[in-house]
Amino acid sequence: MTLPLTEEQEMLSRSVAEFVADRASITQFRAWRDRTTETAFDSALWREIAEMGWCGIAIDEAYGGSALGYSGLALVLEQFGRHLSITPMNATVLAGATAISLMGSETQKTSWLPAIVDGSLTLSLAWGEGAHFAPFAVATRAEKTAQGWQLSGVKHHVEDLSSVDRFIVVARESGRPGDREGLGVFVVPHDAKGVSVEATPRVDARQCGTLTLDDVVVDDGCRLTGVTSVALERLAGVINAGLAAELLGICEETFARTLKYLKERSQFGKLIGSYQALQHRAAHWFVEVQLARTIVQEALLALDRARDAEGYRQADMLCSMAKAKLAQVAELSTNEAIQMHGGIGMTDAFDIGLYIKRARVLEQAYGDQHHHLDRLAALEGY
Amino acid sequence: MSDSFRDEVRAWLAAHCPPSMRVAPPEISHLYGGGRRAKVWHPDQPAWCAAMASRGWTVPEWPVEYGGAGLSREHAAILREEMRRIGAQQPLFSFGISMLSPVLFKFGNDDQRRRFLPDIARGAIRWCQGYSEPNSGSDLASLMTRAEDKGDHYLVNGQKIWTSYGDEADWMFCLVRTNTSVPKHEGISFVLFDMNTPGVTVRPIKLISGASPFCEVFFENVRVEKTNRVGEEGQGWAIATYLLSHEREMISSLGKIRHDTDPGRRALEIFGTDGEGRLRNASLRQTLARYQLDAAAFRLWIEHGERHPSASAGMGAMSSAVKYYGTELNKRRNELYLDIEGADALLWDARGPAGEAWARNWLRSKGNSIEGGTSEIQLNIIAKRVLGLP
Ligand SMILES: Cc1cc2nc3c(=O)[nH]c(=O)nc-3n(C[C@H](O)[C@H](O)[C@H](O)COP(=O)(O)OP(=O)(O)OC[C@H]3O[C@@H](n4cnc5c(N)ncnc54)[C@H](O)[C@@H]3O)c2cc1C
Repeated sequence: MTLPLTEEQEMLSRSVAEFVADRASITQFRAWRDRTTETAFDSALWREIAEMGWCGIAIDEAYGGSALGYSGLALVLEQFGRHLSITPMNATVLAGATAISLMGSETQKTSWLPAIVDGSLTLSLAWGEGAHFAPFAVATRAEKTAQGWQLSGVKHHVEDLSSVDRFIVVARESGRPGDREGLGVFVVPHDAKGVSVEATPRVDARQCGTLTLDDVVVDDGCRLTGVTSVALERLAGVINAGLAAELLGICEETFARTLKYLKERSQFGKLIGSYQALQHRAAHWFVEVQLARTIVQEALLALDRARDAEGYRQADMLCSMAKAKLAQVAELSTNEAIQMHGGIGMTDAFDIGLYIKRARVLEQAYGDQHHHLDRLAALEGY
Repeated sequence: MSDSFRDEVRAWLAAHCPPSMRVAPPEISHLYGGGRRAKVWHPDQPAWCAAMASRGWTVPEWPVEYGGAGLSREHAAILREEMRRIGAQQPLFSFGISMLSPVLFKFGNDDQRRRFLPDIARGAIRWCQGYSEPNSGSDLASLMTRAEDKGDHYLVNGQKIWTSYGDEADWMFCLVRTNTSVPKHEGISFVLFDMNTPGVTVRPIKLISGASPFCEVFFENVRVEKTNRVGEEGQGWAIATYLLSHEREMISSLGKIRHDTDPGRRALEIFGTDGEGRLRNASLRQTLARYQLDAAAFRLWIEHGERHPSASAGMGAMSSAVKYYGTELNKRRNELYLDIEGADALLWDARGPAGEAWARNWLRSKGNSIEGGTSEIQLNIIAKRVLGLP
């Protein structure tokens, strides 16, 4: 009873699925994981993806995008989730392009968005400074100077950081860490003086690490003009809806693979899928995945439809709901997937165990279920 | 087009739905059930039902000839939304509508549809469901109530149990065994008879919630005309399961009928907040948020299905998923109210701000995951029919 796709979405979803199975599947994931270079993603693959037009799905036509909305972009992310595809889509498009779309001036959008659409500009959002997402707990400083702005501070868990062209840095212009207002957002070239990066291995085999800004000077044109606490929350909402879509792909893929295994593996002379203990857990899991898909669809629709303050408020709430629910269902999915596979589920050689690692990373990014449930309660007024 | 329909509905409801019918009753069993012996919980209920029936709005999507209004799915949804907007009480709570009518539309003959449907639409005749027996609950197909072929009629002997509203209903739709020499699923037929027929004895059973809306029903040489058999002889199991999928949808939506107090607001009133505006009890706050998240996802899931018929195509087995999750959620909600209200909720006659009978509703909710097929049976059905497990 989840919403049917439009014809356009159906076509998009199919072409992404075909492309990914061929070019960004788990086989490629493994090869990339075991690489020896320090690059964050395969730039040849990224160019191909850009040529397919997928970087511009949620970007306005005025800047070269196809304006299919976040519901469209989510179809790509969902397939990436199913195949564990390693691409800079989350950092560059979901987070980076959205930050510029939501908070950039006309000039800023014109100079950066078309380059994101054609794949020539990659970005990474450097927002969080700790292990738990806290949107306003930003200590990184931005001081106004004669030349523009001077940034200093340390950002953790920054995605794709050795390979992106620019960082989008959230920094404090005034006030103290924790204050809702007083934040600024700056587009900082990777090669600016004072920028240093240090990559750290992470369980999902993607690159992330620490970005240090040591009196980095950028000009005024690099400061996004429309930054407010509400805009920042809206950005977090979009990112969370996108991450929820990737998590949905993981839920569906782990469920499908496990269901298949239940119909193949025999013990005690019977298929393990004939045991009621497993049947009931599989049936419960199935229903949870249905609800998960519903809430993600609804959050994306709300984002695409929002036009006024009330629309944005609703979308914001639904994005938090989607992230909280998907974090829960992804935990259920990846845990049950391993358990129902038995020993083989614990092996590195078998794919099912790879999903749990990606899922937990996505869950933590921009707020885990506890963050979003806490937020939900606050938005509900209790 | 839809807007003008919405305006018309809104105006009509404003004129015809009295304030007394804009509140939910304290318990679902206090909704108006109609029938020859109609039990009236509020004096305005019969007139409200009659007014709605005169527009065909007790069964808005049925054809006009059977007492409906012939509304499209979209218009029926608008009517429901407008009723929900003003908190209008469901005018008629009827197994005739929710369970029997789908069967008559699909398996009945013209004569049966003409005889029974208009009375169901108006609430003139109340129906009860004779499925379960003392030794045939989850394993319903093992039922033993015998219907002996006497030419133009059957003679029925046996016993049903857990028959909801058996003491108030006028007619029963009943599963009987017409053939004992074939596999159990193939020897069952679906028959209709008047509860006043000689040989029918009804004995109410009291529930843990104190109410007694369900009964034991005994049959001793009860004469049932063959013209009151729906479908072919031996087709009863197919009909029974078709009906069950509708029953499940009805049961899973029971939680929606009441317009209960908002649990978050209520918890704030009772517990107050900490220095930063958060509910003072952190554990309760978390339980509340988790419940509200799942309830919202479930509600949206159902709404997507209602809005997009193609999304709910093949709902037969999916109704098990809806029933399973909806009833478990309803039980969670009732436990949550208990957590919020505390010891006060355990007083038999305690009423919430919206008139809810806390204790009785909480106890009654335990039956939601049993009636219409238990949660375990729904999970079995999902596993086998939706997931294709052996
Ligand atoms: C409030 C209420 C109203 C009702 N109204 C009606 C009515 O109007 N008409 C009517 O005909 N019936 C009615 N029923 C009866 C209801 O349909 C049965 O109670 C139900 O089908 C379960 O049957 P049982 O009570 O015999 O329990 P059992 O079948 O004996 O079940 C006992 C336990 O065993 C579990 N179990 C049984 N089989 C399996 C299996 N294969 N796998 C896993 N677990 C299993 C069950 O889930 C349950 O937990 C009503 C019941 C209630 C509670």
